[in-house]
Amino acid sequence: MDGPTLHVDRILCDGHGLCAELLPELVRLDDWGYPIVLPGPVPAHLDGHARRAVAACPLLALRLRQGGR
Amino acid sequence: MTGISLLAGPDPLSGMEAATSHRTRLGALPVAGPRLIEALERSDLRGRGGAAFPVGRKWRAVAGRRGGAPVVLVNGAEGEPLSRKDRVLMEARPHLVLDGAALAAAAVGAGEVLLYVGSDHGAAAGALRRALADRPEAERRRTRVVAAPARYVAGEETAAVRFVNDGVALPTSAPPRPFERGVAGRPTLVQNVESLAHVAMIGRFGDGWFRDLGRGASSGTALLTLCGAVHRPGVHEVAQGTALGEAIDTAGGGLTDASSAVLLGGYFGSWVTAAEAWSLPLDAATLRDRGHTLGCGVVAVLPEHRCGVVETARILSYLADQSARQCGPCVFGLGAIAAAVGRIASGGAEAADLERIRRWSGELSGRGACHHPDGAAGMLLSALGAFPEEFRHHHELGRCSATALREAA
Repeated sequence: MDGPTLHVDRILCDGHGLCAELLPELVRLDDWGYPIVLPGPVPAHLDGHARRAVAACPLLALRLRQGGR
Repeated sequence: MTGISLLAGPDPLSGMEAATSHRTRLGALPVAGPRLIEALERSDLRGRGGAAFPVGRKWRAVAGRRGGAPVVLVNGAEGEPLSRKDRVLMEARPHLVLDGAALAAAAVGAGEVLLYVGSDHGAAAGALRRALADRPEAERRRTRVVAAPARYVAGEETAAVRFVNDGVALPTSAPPRPFERGVAGRPTLVQNVESLAHVAMIGRFGDGWFRDLGRGASSGTALLTLCGAVHRPGVHEVAQGTALGEAIDTAGGGLTDASSAVLLGGYFGSWVTAAEAWSLPLDAATLRDRGHTLGCGVVAVLPEHRCGVVETARILSYLADQSARQCGPCVFGLGAIAAAVGRIASGGAEAADLERIRRWSGELSGRGACHHPDGAAGMLLSALGAFPEEFRHHHELGRCSATALREAA
């Protein structure tokens, strides 16, 4: 089974950028500081980092979702 | 006329068709049941609001949900600036739209029908209200008209649901989608008025009849809004699968000027060079496979003396202005793209602008709560593909050949 996927609630997200700090393998920031997430499931070896990034988001805008979209 | 279904009968421009004429011409409305959903699935009818989602599949999803009696939200908020087809349909054939809504309510078990009509579509709302007065009491009691704000995003389905719930016509983060949790938390079927009018015909005459209306492998007819360099601009119904050039010649009366490109699908659509466009079949699925979109059926023909770069800049400026301003990538990314394309169009480009707009528009897709940024980015990318020389001329020399043509004329 594929791992969970990362989702950003774009209305909540205010571009704090912690996700890109904690998970640069999957998240980079655009020219205005808003996250661009690599599509596809989170690889198993990044699972812990992904969970930490989700927990660190000050606006609770980053989520891990099981089963595609 | 052969191949015409929604706009057959009295001249659509002469006002609404009365209930008696409608019933005499088309016969009584059949009873909807599970077999209607099966017929819709076989018909290959796709939503005509722009997303082209299969109608039968959507109805089945709503009918299969728990969480209270579903709601049918009839989407008549035509926000696309170039489109007129939903208004013409509501004004001329309100009973066909109400028939489709009645079938939808019966098929999904809805207790409430909302007619969500643009507040600037006064004639359309008036025709629907007058038609509603001629409908059975049970139908009148469960139906109400809701005036949608006159904004581009107000017609987006989550914005429509939020407006009914909270009085704010802004998109919400999905999931949940309206079919899961919509008006008053109930499963909600949001369906464009043209889609429902087709359902009213399929309910009467069957999915086989509908499929046979199309050309080749295509199914049914579509309402197009033709505009730009055509002799007969306006709303026309054509068989799906008709080549674009044939539709422009027969329905549109041919070209008024030589044309360099066509904007297919409206402001969220794609620019296609005239050379490619003429043979394209008007069919949502085929166009999508070729990287284009029929969107809400707008076909805007650009005359040769008008500049595609300038038109693209104008559209992007409008779309940036119409952003709901809820999501960072749309506010900042789309805003910056519109500004850069504006500089390129007006001859004041910065050296990095052309590279920037390519990168920014590539990064925009999928990064809004709704598809507003996706649509704008797709339109720009198609413009870069259709007008490569014009963009280069504008960027490097500050002008393009079309502008020179216009000044000479």
